[in-house]
Amino acid sequence: MRDTTDILRLESLQVHFPIQGGLFDRALGRPAGAVRAVDGIDLNLTRGEIVALVGESGSGKTTVGRVIAKLAQPTGGKLLFEGRDITSERGSSALRPYRHRVQMIFQDAYQALNPRHTIFDIVGEPLRSLRLVDNATQLAERVGEALASAGLSPPGDFFSRFPNELSGGQRQRVVIAGALAVKPELIIADEPVSMLDVSIRAQILQVLVDLRSKHNMALLFITHDLPLAWSIADRIAVLYLGKLVEIGSADEITFNPRHPYTAALRNATPQIGGNANPAELRALQGEVPSAARVPKGCRFHPRCPLAFDRCRQDEPPSVEVGPQHMSACWLAQ
Amino acid sequence: MINTSKRSAALLEVDGLSVTYGLMGASSRAIENVSFALGAGEAVGLVGESGSGKTTTAMAIAGLLSPNARVSSGEVRYRGNVLPIDDDAAMRPHRWSETSVVFQGAMNALNPVHRIITQIAEPCMLKLGMPRGEASARARELLELVGIPADRGTAYPHELSGGMRQRVMIAMALACRPSIVIGDEPTTALDVITQAQILKLLGKLRSQLRLALILITHDLSVVAEACDRVLIMYSGRIVEEGTVAEIFAQPKHPYTRLLIDSIPNPANGKKMIRPIPGDPPNLMNRPSSGCAFHPRCPSVMAVCPTEVPSIDQFGQERVACHLYRSSQEDRGASHA
Repeated sequence: MRDTTDILRLESLQVHFPIQGGLFDRALGRPAGAVRAVDGIDLNLTRGEIVALVGESGSGKTTVGRVIAKLAQPTGGKLLFEGRDITSERGSSALRPYRHRVQMIFQDAYQALNPRHTIFDIVGEPLRSLRLVDNATQLAERVGEALASAGLSPPGDFFSRFPNELSGGQRQRVVIAGALAVKPELIIADEPVSMLDVSIRAQILQVLVDLRSKHNMALLFITHDLPLAWSIADRIAVLYLGKLVEIGSADEITFNPRHPYTAALRNATPQIGGNANPAELRALQGEVPSAARVPKGCRFHPRCPLAFDRCRQDEPPSVEVGPQHMSACWLAQ
Repeated sequence: MINTSKRSAALLEVDGLSVTYGLMGASSRAIENVSFALGAGEAVGLVGESGSGKTTTAMAIAGLLSPNARVSSGEVRYRGNVLPIDDDAAMRPHRWSETSVVFQGAMNALNPVHRIITQIAEPCMLKLGMPRGEASARARELLELVGIPADRGTAYPHELSGGMRQRVMIAMALACRPSIVIGDEPTTALDVITQAQILKLLGKLRSQLRLALILITHDLSVVAEACDRVLIMYSGRIVEEGTVAEIFAQPKHPYTRLLIDSIPNPANGKKMIRPIPGDPPNLMNRPSSGCAFHPRCPSVMAVCPTEVPSIDQFGQERVACHLYRSSQEDRGASHA
């Protein structure tokens, strides 16, 4: 029986970055503002679950990932790992057990790898710094294992190579191998394939999906690409300007979106076999507002084609619109 | 020589074009024997992975090849006249007034210390010899054309969002009334909704100005939405050409088929995507003989590693694959 208990839970998670006002503002006593990057998010992830966090640039999706990886400190709300509150845990020794179990994969494999380290050193680094191996033989074994599960085989061939000798797809696999080496229970992958050529993407996605089926690993997959999210995830959470506007099963979000923003995202995504007429692309007007000036009421109302009076006044709560399907829209109430 | 050039309305003809780059004493072929034609007002998508030669093809057409590049064979004709694509000075009168380019990552290519209106007016003054006032008026007109209120012209680039800056780049490309615009990944750095807005704008400009468009991209779904025809490039050669409808409904080349299969598509419920084995070749490690795709091809035959397949016409389509050169029976046998 597969363990499907919660591994991670975010409760009203909030990350505000203060804006230092100019000298003039301070002299006049104007209050300093804040960039509300993440503005109250509730999300849970069970063991072995793949959840996709979908949003445009500026939606706060990367910040959420960084908070979970303990690379950014929340200004409010809670981060619970296996029911334990770890929001305020800090310092490398206190976090060592957590980092052992939660790993992050970054977007740009070209920048994430130290060009002067060998692949062996790069993948072995977390094992050494988290003190998970006793001797060199064990280290070589674990590094080899990680490279093989990331699809780099035979692993021995890669040990003494440098990142510049590898192709883009191979580099991304090294980044994944580095995260896998410690055998984490949760991986946060921030746009892991957006820099890769189309033909390579499927290989990397396959590696991630296999990890779930073999090791019951949970995955938070951060992306801007709705069809990609649909193809890999069990559930999709849609983020707009620091807040979740909709969350539900991948099929529900893709085929039965209940929030106008999700629907707009879907309609804007070009599709093969869709209507080959660009005029038919129903593009939303305008752009995502700055997180320093979040609109009053529903934060989507200035761009929403269905907005009415209430949307301009009150922020809609997230309500259940179907089994495991929540939407934060007054029309869904 | 090329079949598609029979169309009398061809605005641009690329004929047997090969470009080599000199690299540390050695030379390598970026594109080989590339031929296609573009009609007025037509939109063609040039699709390929990194290193496939799509950008080299486009830069050759615009006469913007880097100094270490050499056109080793073939020619490019604009309205029947051969363009001096490897002569920088001779190309000058043709650039921007016949063919212009919207560059990749162009949003960062704007000069940060000049107002956008000045930057759009500049090509009008330099290329069309307009006096400053007239050029400014033209720039305002261009801004409105790309959907930016003319009053925003006094803004500096940093005051505009990525989508707006991309619109400014399109306005600049249109300044000298070209009949062909080459878009080098014009929407790659943009969010989906902004991308949809830009694609919509390009579609509007096409019909309004009867503009021909060459869209360079790695994203097949963008081509599906915005183009009439598709050219699929692999390792420096065109492997397949056809209309959007044909290519997506019935891809012939195994590479095209796998490429389409590697994109998840909610429209037809295709969830699990099939990986293409191996890595795309780069300039230095291309297979030395035969079809460049043979090491990764699931339908590889004995002939593939030794002989380069020629590109042959099949109705409206062209395909470069040995599978389609053999007789009907052979084809059946090779699939078995």
